[in-house]
Amino acid sequence: MTSRAGTPIPHAPGFVANDTPRIVTARFDHEDSYTIERYEATGGYHALRKALQQTPEEVHSEVRDATLLGRGGAGFPTGVKWGFCPPGVWPRYLVVNGDESEPGTYKDRLLMELDPHQLIEGCLIACYAVGLSQCFLYIRGEMPVAQERVAAALNDAYAAGYIGKNILGTEFSVDIILHWGAGAYVVGEETALIESLEGNRGYPRLKPPYFPASIGLYGQPTIVNNVETLSNLPWILEHGAEAFTAIGTESSPGTRMVAVSGHVRRPGVYEIVNGTTTFRDLLYNEEMCGGIRDGNQLKAFVPGGGSAPWFTPDQLDLPFEANQVGPQGSMLGSGAVMVMDETTDIPAAALTLTKFYAHESCGKCVPCREGGTWLEQILGRVVNGRGTPRDLELLMEVGQTISPGDFPHAAVASKGIEAVPFPYQMTTICFVGPSAFAPVHSALTLFPEEFEARVAGGESDTISEVAVDV
Amino acid sequence: MKFFSDENLDLAQVIINRYPKPRSAMIPLLHLAQEQAGWVTDDAMAQIAELVGTTSAEVLGTCSFYEMFKRRPVGKYVINICTTMSCALMGARELLEHAERRLGVKAGGTTADGMFTIEGAECQAACTEAPCLQVNYRHRYRVSPDRFDSIVDELSTTGHEIPDHGVLSRVRQQIPEDRFVGAEPPQDVVSAPVWMPDAGVDQ
Repeated sequence: MTSRAGTPIPHAPGFVANDTPRIVTARFDHEDSYTIERYEATGGYHALRKALQQTPEEVHSEVRDATLLGRGGAGFPTGVKWGFCPPGVWPRYLVVNGDESEPGTYKDRLLMELDPHQLIEGCLIACYAVGLSQCFLYIRGEMPVAQERVAAALNDAYAAGYIGKNILGTEFSVDIILHWGAGAYVVGEETALIESLEGNRGYPRLKPPYFPASIGLYGQPTIVNNVETLSNLPWILEHGAEAFTAIGTESSPGTRMVAVSGHVRRPGVYEIVNGTTTFRDLLYNEEMCGGIRDGNQLKAFVPGGGSAPWFTPDQLDLPFEANQVGPQGSMLGSGAVMVMDETTDIPAAALTLTKFYAHESCGKCVPCREGGTWLEQILGRVVNGRGTPRDLELLMEVGQTISPGDFPHAAVASKGIEAVPFPYQMTTICFVGPSAFAPVHSALTLFPEEFEARVAGGESDTISEVAVDV
Repeated sequence: MKFFSDENLDLAQVIINRYPKPRSAMIPLLHLAQEQAGWVTDDAMAQIAELVGTTSAEVLGTCSFYEMFKRRPVGKYVINICTTMSCALMGARELLEHAERRLGVKAGGTTADGMFTIEGAECQAACTEAPCLQVNYRHRYRVSPDRFDSIVDELSTTGHEIPDHGVLSRVRQQIPEDRFVGAEPPQDVVSAPVWMPDAGVDQ
C-alpha cells in the first residue's frame, strides 16, 4: 500500500479496522462475533457479574466518572443523564434508541448485527444501576438483519439466565423487549421514540421537560440511550472509568465510531480516538480513508450527519472534540462524515439533504412542515436552472422562519468568511426543521459563487413557479 | 372482525402481554398484519383496534404515519433505492433512472405482474457502500446498473433467500415463561425494584 494519491486500496465493506484502541468493535474480526458462544469466550457477561457484586450506586458512579458522552447525536454525559430520574418515582424504564436514520450514519446497525450481546449486557448494566425495571430495545424497521441477530441473542441470553427473573441468581430481574420501528426518521428524536413506543404517530413532545428521565414512557422516568452508548458499558465496567478516561481527552474520553462516505478512496466505518483524532487523520491517513478518490481535491464535508453545518478543508485539523467543533460552526452529531470532492455540484448535494428533511418532517410544527417543503421546492428550482437571484434571498428568508438569527457556519479564510458558532435558535420542537435549513445555509454561505452562476440565466423575479423533479 | 390467522392471533396476545399498556403493541401488530398479507388491510386495522383496546381510526392514524406500512397491495419485492446524500454523490439518481427503465414503472409504481415495486428511499445506514438499495429491506451494496439487472434477474428465479414483502426478522423473540418478569401497568408499580437499596433516595 502506498501513499500516492490515486493508487487503489482494496475495499473492505463496512467496518475497517485500524491501529486505534478497539472498545466497541473488539469482536468484529470474528466471523461468529454475534453468537453467545463467541461473546462468552471473549469475556462476555463478565462485566455484568462484576456489576452485580457492586451496589447500583457504585455502578452508576463508575459510569459517571467515565464521562461517557452519548453517541446518538447530542453528546450528553450518560451518567449525568441517568441521575435526572426524580427520586422515589417508580417504575422507571430503559428505552434503547436503535432507530439509526441520520443521513450518513452507519454504526449502530453494525453494533447490533455484529455484537448484539455487548449491547444487551450494556442494557442490563444500565437497568441495574438506575433501577430500570423494563427495557425496550427499539430497532429501526428497515434493519431486519439487526432484528434477527438481536432476537437470537436475546433468546440465547434469556435461556442462559442473563435476562429475565433473578438474573444470575440475584434479586436483579428485568425483561428486555424487542420492538421494531416502521420507517420514520423523526422517531430517532427521543420523545418521538417514546410516542412511537406508546403506539402513536411519532410526534416529538413539547419541551420542557427536556429529559424523558423526568417524564417519559407512560409519563414515567425513562432513560433513552443510544446503541453505541450502551455498548460501551461492558468495557467500562470491566476495565474501570480510569482506563476509559485514559483514552482520548478529558472532556471527550474513549473512542467513537464514525462512518465516512462519499468521495474518499476507502469509505468505511472506523473506531477512532475521541477528542484527539482529527478530520485530516480520518480522511487522509493510509490506514483510514486514504485520501480523496482519484487524486481529487477535497471541496467540503459534512462532519456530523446530515443535520450538521458543513466544513471545508479549512477545518480539517479539528479533532473529534465537541468543544472545538462547536465554536467553528458545526457539531459532531451522530458520527457520520460525508465527503465531497472538487467534482461535486454543491447546490445539488445540498438539495439531497434538504429533500430528506422536508420528506421526514412529521408535520407537527408549521415552520418545519411548510418551511422544509418550500426550501426543497425553491432549491430544486435553482438546481434545475429555473431559479432567480431573488430565490437565493428567499431561501435565507424561509430559513429564518425555522431558525431565526445567525445560523452557525464554518469559516473560509480564502473568501474572508468568519465562523458563526453552534448551536442555532429554533422555532420548532425538534431539530428536524433546522436540519432542513443547515445544508442550504452552508452551501449558500460557503459556496455563493456556485449559486450565483446557477441563477444568472433566470429571467423571472416572481416566486410563483415551483417545479422539482429530483 | 377476523383477520389474523389462529397462529398469529396467539402470537399477537403474547406480544401484547409484553407491554405495560396494550396500545404499545400497535406497531408490532401492524408488522404482524403486513407479514401475513403483504400489506395492511382495513380488516387488519379493525382487529388490531379490538386487540389493543382502541378504535380503528386510531390504528389508521398510527399506521399512516409510518413509511413501511402499505395500505394497498405492493409488489412481492419492494425495491427501495436510496437517494440521500452519500448515495446521491455516488450515482443514486442514475441507478433510480435505470431501475425505472428496466422495470418500466416510475418510482412508487408496481410492475403489471405484481412482482416489483420501486421506491426512491431515504438513508438506509449503508452509506459507505453507496449507491445501495434494499429489496424487502435486505441490503444490496454498490449497485451499478448491471448489478441492478442481475438482482432483478435473480429475484425472478426461486434461487434466492429474500422473503416476500412484509416479512422482516425471521427470528422471533421468545421469552421462556419461567424467566419472564412480566409487564405490569405503570400505575400498579409503586415501589423501587427489589435490588435498589432505597425507594426514597436517588443516587
